[in-house]
Amino acid sequence: MQVSEDVFSKVQAALVDALGVDDDEVTPQATMVGDLGAESIDFLDIVFKLEKSFGIKVATEDLFPKDILTESSYVQGGKVTASGIAELKKRMPWADLSKFETNPRVQDFGDLLTVSDLCRYVQSKIA
Amino acid sequence: MRWFWIDRFIEFVRDTRATTVKNVSFGEEPIDDYLPGHPHYPHSLIIEGMAQTGGLLVSESGGFRTKTVLAKISKAVFHDLIVPGDQVFLQAVAEDIKPTGAIVQGTVVVGGQVRAELELSFAFLDDRFGDGALFPPEDLLRTLRILKLFDVAVDQNGNRIYAPEHMLEAERQAAIGIRHKRP
Repeated sequence: MQVSEDVFSKVQAALVDALGVDDDEVTPQATMVGDLGAESIDFLDIVFKLEKSFGIKVATEDLFPKDILTESSYVQGGKVTASGIAELKKRMPWADLSKFETNPRVQDFGDLLTVSDLCRYVQSKIA
Repeated sequence: MRWFWIDRFIEFVRDTRATTVKNVSFGEEPIDDYLPGHPHYPHSLIIEGMAQTGGLLVSESGGFRTKTVLAKISKAVFHDLIVPGDQVFLQAVAEDIKPTGAIVQGTVVVGGQVRAELELSFAFLDDRFGDGALFPPEDLLRTLRILKLFDVAVDQNGNRIYAPEHMLEAERQAAIGIRHKRP
């Protein structure tokens, strides 16, 4: 999915505002948690800013499918199973799960989301 | 000393907005001691006053059962000092309320002039933080009455809001407990 420049710049502005980071830190590859230092409460702020900026509604479970990650049929030994990965892909077609798939530890899921993923998610909501 | 940085609610509309008043006095230690010789209402306590106003605003529709905590100060801009003798109006507007938390925009006004602009995020703590309330309901109810919240609180249709039944029940039970403890 192609992300428009307008979407990227609005997402960038929301992240700069919510996380207190510099413009140049918000690259498409940057991860929200690891690179930009987002904490759980920041996502409330980010979601609020995205909703306001794009006039969309963002459900928390869109970004964090907790139901999949806590469902015993999708998680075994702390790792997401193949069927769990398939479910995640279905639910989050905008997210790049290729890196996560190589070692799908549930505990690493929180640091999966990149700026690019977020842009694609927004793009899918406004399309 | 009671850690309240608001004196009274003068407006409260469920899930929408609330305004409190804070009368700043030279007699309050933090105001006199914060910068000796230059008494003023410290910025951190202005934020605390707005957090109390906004926190109660976003907790009310859940019957004050949600464990609401100030999680983030996204914006805090101060335009001028607030000094003893000032009557401060803390206006909180609920911008967004979700199951996990809320965003409140705050405006602090003295004499018709905006002295500060705030944006606060509140988190609603889940069961991982215990299943009990942050405050005993009967104590919180007493505080809400002192703050005159139920004197002005209305829902979005203008209907009066009364104290939640579970708080009244907690108050009754506490009173029974006190009576039983008497010799």
